[in-house]
Amino acid sequence: MIKLQIDHLTKHYWLEREDRNVLALSDVSFSVEDGEFMAIVGPSGCGKTSMLNIIAGLLPYEEGDVLIDGKRVNGPGIDRAVVFQHASLLPWRTIGGNVRYGMELQKRFDEATMRDRAEHFIKLVGLSGFERHYPSELSGGMQQRVNLARALAADPVVLLMDEPFAALDAQTREFMQAELLKIWSKAKKTVVFITHQINEAIYLADRVVVMSARPGRVKDVFKVPFERPRNLSLKRDPRFLELEDSVWKLIEEESDRLGMVAAV
Amino acid sequence: MKTETTLAQPHIKAEKAVRPRQSFYQRHESLILGGGSVLIVVAIWQAIWSYTDWISPLFFSGPSAIAKAFWSMVQDGSLFADLAFSGKNFAIGFGAALASGIVLGVIIGWYRRIRLIFDPFLNALYAAPRVAMMPLIIMWFGIGMWSKVFIVFLSAFFPILLNTVAGIRNMDRDLLRAARAFCASDWQVFKTLAIPGSVPFILTGVRQGVGVGLIGVVVGEMLGSSEGIGFRVAYGGQTFQTDTLFVGFVIIAIGGIVLSWAAERLERHFSRWRPER
Repeated sequence: MIKLQIDHLTKHYWLEREDRNVLALSDVSFSVEDGEFMAIVGPSGCGKTSMLNIIAGLLPYEEGDVLIDGKRVNGPGIDRAVVFQHASLLPWRTIGGNVRYGMELQKRFDEATMRDRAEHFIKLVGLSGFERHYPSELSGGMQQRVNLARALAADPVVLLMDEPFAALDAQTREFMQAELLKIWSKAKKTVVFITHQINEAIYLADRVVVMSARPGRVKDVFKVPFERPRNLSLKRDPRFLELEDSVWKLIEEESDRLGMVAAV
Repeated sequence: MKTETTLAQPHIKAEKAVRPRQSFYQRHESLILGGGSVLIVVAIWQAIWSYTDWISPLFFSGPSAIAKAFWSMVQDGSLFADLAFSGKNFAIGFGAALASGIVLGVIIGWYRRIRLIFDPFLNALYAAPRVAMMPLIIMWFGIGMWSKVFIVFLSAFFPILLNTVAGIRNMDRDLLRAARAFCASDWQVFKTLAIPGSVPFILTGVRQGVGVGLIGVVVGEMLGSSEGIGFRVAYGGQTFQTDTLFVGFVIIAIGGIVLSWAAERLERHFSRWRPER
């Protein structure tokens, strides 16, 4: 069953500084199945963050359709939650308060349910015992766990992740990728995961959308052939490296066309 | 698939680190060094005052003479009457500035158009030293308490107002985006982001307001009053009662220290969530 459908989505915007029109997304179409983990990978400037903002309802769009369960997206909704690149936690709220924040804004649950859900998802992301800590007392990786727990606690139909591990150091990132897969296997959500890292996309996703830069177009959509559960050692598997290499070449062609070094 | 129900805890323990043992000196270093330096300066001053004739009692004073004047002012009750007068003027004026500064600051910070309308007046009034308006204020309110209350109000109002405006406007864009993604209404953004986020700014305004409010009450009393600590200092100067003048000066200094300490404590209490400094 199709959960999220992007249909001929085109997005222009006006670049105030340079006083010109920019085509960010050009005729983008793909669909995400219920419970599927979809990664979107592409070089910087391929409009992938614009696309995520459109799906989240934070950015208006005129041409094309974004449909969730067949309904057109017009602004933010309780059927979506976003995990941002910067944890965006309220610094004056404790971890417990931050995990509740999304639920409080959406007013879907009563007090007891919110308490139970907050506790459940704090435990799920492995932060039990940190409920009363403030975000400034946590490492970047731990802050991103809070960010994830906040989004999951709001019980979205589609979970949107905007390069959530991009700001983490390489080791923490690998660790968080493995953790995310475990959490996802329990939370059973449809996920759209934006990244510029090819191996991150392949490691995490069921399918990968490869995008080209300026304007953002769908270059390829492919299914990741590896079984789940996946271990981090998969990243050293020759078949994995081969797949990574072929995606890399797709993106490299693109960078050559634009005369720049791929920012991957 | 693993069968565990929770994930591995991150490798950082939640417990606080054990505080290493410190000597008596290490624990009270600032008190010992700070207090010690004050004691030494006072002792030298007193020695010069008692044993030399370098200090003319007409133009300066010594610790023992100040203490004596202080004691006689305590005994005849004039010190407490002055303190009560100045304290009341400060409290009423500052309270009014606090309440109106925060409320107006929130409104002006939140509504862009209101801010644009008020901006030129605020900037002009903020840049002008308010104590310069004292003669005008005495013309309006007389030399009783209300001219002092008003100058305190006017002095403290602007730092509180402008810091509140800055706090409301300083909303974190990432937080705003996150709130909007969770369907936050304008009211929810205001309540959960704008207000808590501006608390540190408001408290900075309070601290600045305490400082200028104190100047306001003292200068106000010096320029036109028959009571209060400021009046006592001015009167001591005009009648060459240098000891009395110094008592007033010391009282004002102590008042300033206590009030800014209180404001700083308040600021720290409300910024527990900030990274440790």
